[in-house]
Amino acid sequence: MTAVSSTGVPDEYISSRSRSSGVWVDRSFRGVALGAGLSVLAILALIAYFTTKQAWPIFQFDAWGFVTGTRWDPTNNKFGALPFIYGTAVASAIALAFAVPLSIGIALFTNELAPRRLKKPVIYLVDLLAAIPSVVYGLWALAVLESPAQTVYEKISDTIGKIPLLGRVFGGVPSGASLMTAGVVLAIMMIPIVTAISREVLATISQDDKNAALAMGATRWEMLRACVFPRVRSGLVGAVMLGMGRALGETIAVALVIGSNQKIDSHIFHAGDSMASVIAHEFGEAASQPRYRAALIGLAVLLFVFTLVVNILARWITGRAERRAAL
Amino acid sequence: MTTTSVPTGWVGDRSTSPRRRFADGVASVWMIGSVIVALIPLGFIAFYVVAKGISVISWSFLTKNIPIISDSAGGGIAPAIAGTLTLTLVAAVLAVPLGVLAAIYLNEYGGERPVARVIRFMADVMTGVPSIVMGLFVAMIWVSAGLHRGFSTLAGALALACLMLPIVIRSSEEMLKLVPDELRQASDALGARRWVTVTRVVLPAAIAGIVSGAMLAVARAAGETAPLLFTIGVSRKFVPRLDAQNTALPIQIWNNAQEPVRAAQDRAWGAALTLIVLVFVLTVIARLVAARFATQER
Repeated sequence: MTAVSSTGVPDEYISSRSRSSGVWVDRSFRGVALGAGLSVLAILALIAYFTTKQAWPIFQFDAWGFVTGTRWDPTNNKFGALPFIYGTAVASAIALAFAVPLSIGIALFTNELAPRRLKKPVIYLVDLLAAIPSVVYGLWALAVLESPAQTVYEKISDTIGKIPLLGRVFGGVPSGASLMTAGVVLAIMMIPIVTAISREVLATISQDDKNAALAMGATRWEMLRACVFPRVRSGLVGAVMLGMGRALGETIAVALVIGSNQKIDSHIFHAGDSMASVIAHEFGEAASQPRYRAALIGLAVLLFVFTLVVNILARWITGRAERRAAL
Repeated sequence: MTTTSVPTGWVGDRSTSPRRRFADGVASVWMIGSVIVALIPLGFIAFYVVAKGISVISWSFLTKNIPIISDSAGGGIAPAIAGTLTLTLVAAVLAVPLGVLAAIYLNEYGGERPVARVIRFMADVMTGVPSIVMGLFVAMIWVSAGLHRGFSTLAGALALACLMLPIVIRSSEEMLKLVPDELRQASDALGARRWVTVTRVVLPAAIAGIVSGAMLAVARAAGETAPLLFTIGVSRKFVPRLDAQNTALPIQIWNNAQEPVRAAQDRAWGAALTLIVLVFVLTVIARLVAARFATQER
């Protein structure tokens, strides 16, 4: 270190004030830091620009036909994305149906019900679900889950598959690799995210308010219904949407268990395909065919836009809920 | 029963009515049941990965090259282990300095300025961009179009870095936020410029958290498959060069899982256990580093 003046302050601290180079260093440091921050915006802009540019042949040809087309037939140069948009939506909806009640239940357990000793371990274990790589979920679902799942689907299909309307959804010839299996795996993967954010949202309600309700003689459930749920509703919606954003874009686990089906099929026990899984399976072989390649990149553009919209909405909702809770 | 607007059930009767107690009980069962139902798959996955993986893993599995024909037993996954380690290391070298600098801007300079708020919001949004889109994006600008550099380790690392960047930014910013303002004020009072304050006072105080946050981002990136599918190419042996094609543990799991042959399935489970152990070790190291730095600071 340099010499220290009589006041105990390092010399360089005092002298740097008077040197104009200090200002210059400070400004450029700030500039570099700002540049690093702006790289986020640059990357997002580049993603939007380059993927759209590469998908342009398909959008330019017939953008509306691409988004609403129901036929995906690369050998005949037909590229309709709707079956995959549908598959993504159905798998995500199934995932939400399982994951939302479970996640909110877990969040309520850790925040309201759990004895102190259990709270930390449960949070830790649920977070562990997020640490498992998605390809390992896929491997497990493909090798272990699929055959017992098929047996269960067959039982369900046998009992309610004959009923007119329900039969359209639960009937058919069940397959282990199906929209349903993909939805179940997505649900497991969504739980840690939705739980974590739900916990944060639930924690914004003050203990005093809850005690007041309990002091009036409310049971725990009545307390939750009277003074917690009405105030966390929008926050929970945000949490669910963030989980949905994750489900929409999840690729590898879904690609391994959703099967393959280029048609819109109302049966959830039948194979399907999601936008991400089609890209993962087909991009390698499409590289040499410009239209096919552009169509797959077009799917990525749609996926990017969907997840962007869902995430922006979710962040906006949770942000607003937090600001309101802070007041 | 009462004349107030309070629900009748709440006031007046000493004991809670059976119906109310029943509703409360059902709610408690829901909460406890949710935890149990969510932890069942965790137990199953852990059991299967360990049980099936442990019988496959041997010294030769961990040290031999990937076999040409995946249908027959033999060979190993050494190149994939080396690949995963280099890919994540290079990605960390690219993403961590950038992310920490961005976090410094957000917390030390930007504050609540519009630019900072936009960056913060977009970093959050960027964590939601699907990893397959990141992979395709790098394939677009680096591999098959744009710069036409072909499949390479660097391309894969770029894709992983894009994925890590927003995570590093947000976790580092949280850590910088924890540094008490008194430290900054003390440094300011000594006449230090802002960059001196940041590099000499704030960063050393937050380094433990920043390092462990970065390690957790690395652990997350190590398990990613989708960004690597169209960027790193194919390789059966490890070539320690940035412009060479490469392979990784998740890619090996993905390839082998889709082959309905015993030898390939075994290899997938072995690679899965190796990957999970690797991710777990990285996570534990992150915690230890954090703890060690933290005690040094005090």
